[in-house]
Amino acid sequence: MTPAPALRAARSAVRRLLGMAVTLLVTSFLVFSSLYLAPGDPAAFLVRGRSPSPQELATIRQQYGLDDPFPVRYWHWLDGVLHGDFGRSYLFHQSVGQVLGARLPATLLLVGVATLLIAVVGVATGVVGALRRGTRTGSAVLLLVTVGAAVPSFVAAIVLRSAFGVRLGWFPTIGNGTGVLDRLHHVVLPAIALSVTFMALVTRVTRSAMLDELRREHVEVALSRGLPRRAVIRRHVLRNALGPVVTVGGLLVSGMLVSTAIVETAFGMSGIGSLLVQCVNELDFQVVQAIVLLVVAAFVVVNTLVDLVHPLIDPRVGAAGGAR
Amino acid sequence: MSASTSLLGRPLGALRRLGGGPLTRLSTLVLVGFVLVALFAPWLAPQDPAFGELGDTFAGPGAAHWLGTDGGGHDTFSALLEGTRTSLAGPLAVVLFATLAGIAVGLFTAWRGGWVDSLVGRVLDILFAFPALLLAILAVALFGKGLTAPVLAMAVAYLPYTARLVRGLTAQEKVRPYIAAYQVQGHAPVFVALRRLLPGIMPTVLAQATVNFGYALLDLAALSFLGLGVQPPTPDWGAMINQGQAAVLEGQPLSAIVPAVAVVLVVVAFNVVGESLGDRLAGRES
Repeated sequence: MTPAPALRAARSAVRRLLGMAVTLLVTSFLVFSSLYLAPGDPAAFLVRGRSPSPQELATIRQQYGLDDPFPVRYWHWLDGVLHGDFGRSYLFHQSVGQVLGARLPATLLLVGVATLLIAVVGVATGVVGALRRGTRTGSAVLLLVTVGAAVPSFVAAIVLRSAFGVRLGWFPTIGNGTGVLDRLHHVVLPAIALSVTFMALVTRVTRSAMLDELRREHVEVALSRGLPRRAVIRRHVLRNALGPVVTVGGLLVSGMLVSTAIVETAFGMSGIGSLLVQCVNELDFQVVQAIVLLVVAAFVVVNTLVDLVHPLIDPRVGAAGGAR
Repeated sequence: MSASTSLLGRPLGALRRLGGGPLTRLSTLVLVGFVLVALFAPWLAPQDPAFGELGDTFAGPGAAHWLGTDGGGHDTFSALLEGTRTSLAGPLAVVLFATLAGIAVGLFTAWRGGWVDSLVGRVLDILFAFPALLLAILAVALFGKGLTAPVLAMAVAYLPYTARLVRGLTAQEKVRPYIAAYQVQGHAPVFVALRRLLPGIMPTVLAQATVNFGYALLDLAALSFLGLGVQPPTPDWGAMINQGQAAVLEGQPLSAIVPAVAVVLVVVAFNVVGESLGDRLAGRES
């Protein structure tokens, strides 16, 4: 690599990271100020349904600096968040960080297994759909994609629970399980329910990206020169088609994190998603705010990473991005 | 022309002119059917869905209850029909708000250009990071359960999609000669933008709104499923699925499966119709 493109790549990476920092700052400000959209006094809002004494209210006002000017309040809050201090949960009588930390592993396992399913099954089905286009298999893939994209996770959860949990009894229908194997056994159905919609989207993008690449001249040339079809598809078609797939994958992150609320609630699992629903129901706004912030931040960070990794998969993107 | 004079000729002819494959036509029929059900639900429902016969719980499908009853003895078929109203009205409001606001923002920024355009573009980029369902849940946390706050929050979440589409289309159209011709003739920019440019790009915007309707329906049904949206006894598909959940574990999944099938059917139909519209506008055959 000559120094100039390397420098350009580094410069564009730095620009992307700065953009990410700005976006995170703005989103955190939006999430922070959402509290002040709520009707009534913010201090009273934070302890709704708990009838605090005037003294306690005064403590809360002081704790949250509600008498300080708005920018100062934001600064204190941001300072706390950056040090992992998201405030205190009134529901659990713990710090929000502790509450979230206890439930994070279960959600990460669920999202991890679902991501694996989406990446492996989704991409493989898309490849098959593109290569077998026009045949019965190809049409079946198209039908699966259309229906799959319209099956929401709560419907998938009901069907899977009813069929494989209650009727056949192959999988547990409720809870997280204990121990490694039991946890994995418990996470199978929820992970499938979580991944159906997103799998359909990934399959669709893979299929159309593969079809676009298959029509390219260099693929035709390679095939007509007698290179083995398998190698051409793997090295020239699939590799080029992966770029759009990774980009779409990044965009799916936030949808998946929000859908954990549905899937975890449906399967009675304890995780970040079911915690979000519980805390909305039981009026623990501090926890809700922290989860919203984390989901949005995860989306921003993952998509910046995708932008940074994209040129490594497809060098053409890096050149175009740097030139802009 | 004789066919168009008959009573049925007109709608059937319109359906044929809509084009697309048999799947598109079938989907259009499904949507028309559900809209009719929503309009006439109280007259179509055989029973009051709020009325529960406690001696008749988990009845199977039969003459008395076409789709059986749930754990409270409520008639599932009647609840399904009445639930069509809230299940379709919510997404309609979301798409209406998002599309109108999106058109306004998109047209204005593309027409104005310059720093306004890039600033609004950045703001829209940031809004993309807030998924609709998350924003709806946050709205419920702030303003309480129900439909109003989530619908408004979701309209904000869907706005960037429409705004970006309209902005792109307007930027393309703006440089074409007919716009310059109108401007040279001294027509006001607002007139040219709204009456001459907008009608040209409107079909594409409507195609996107159709697809968005399906997604908004899913998001609102999910919210009601979580118990944060439409509250019982108001009939709603998402809320019905939520209430049928406990029965699933008892091996009685029918009262949850019926509304679930309705949700999937309507969303598939909206996606098929919206995409076929989009494909035809883009001039490609699927």
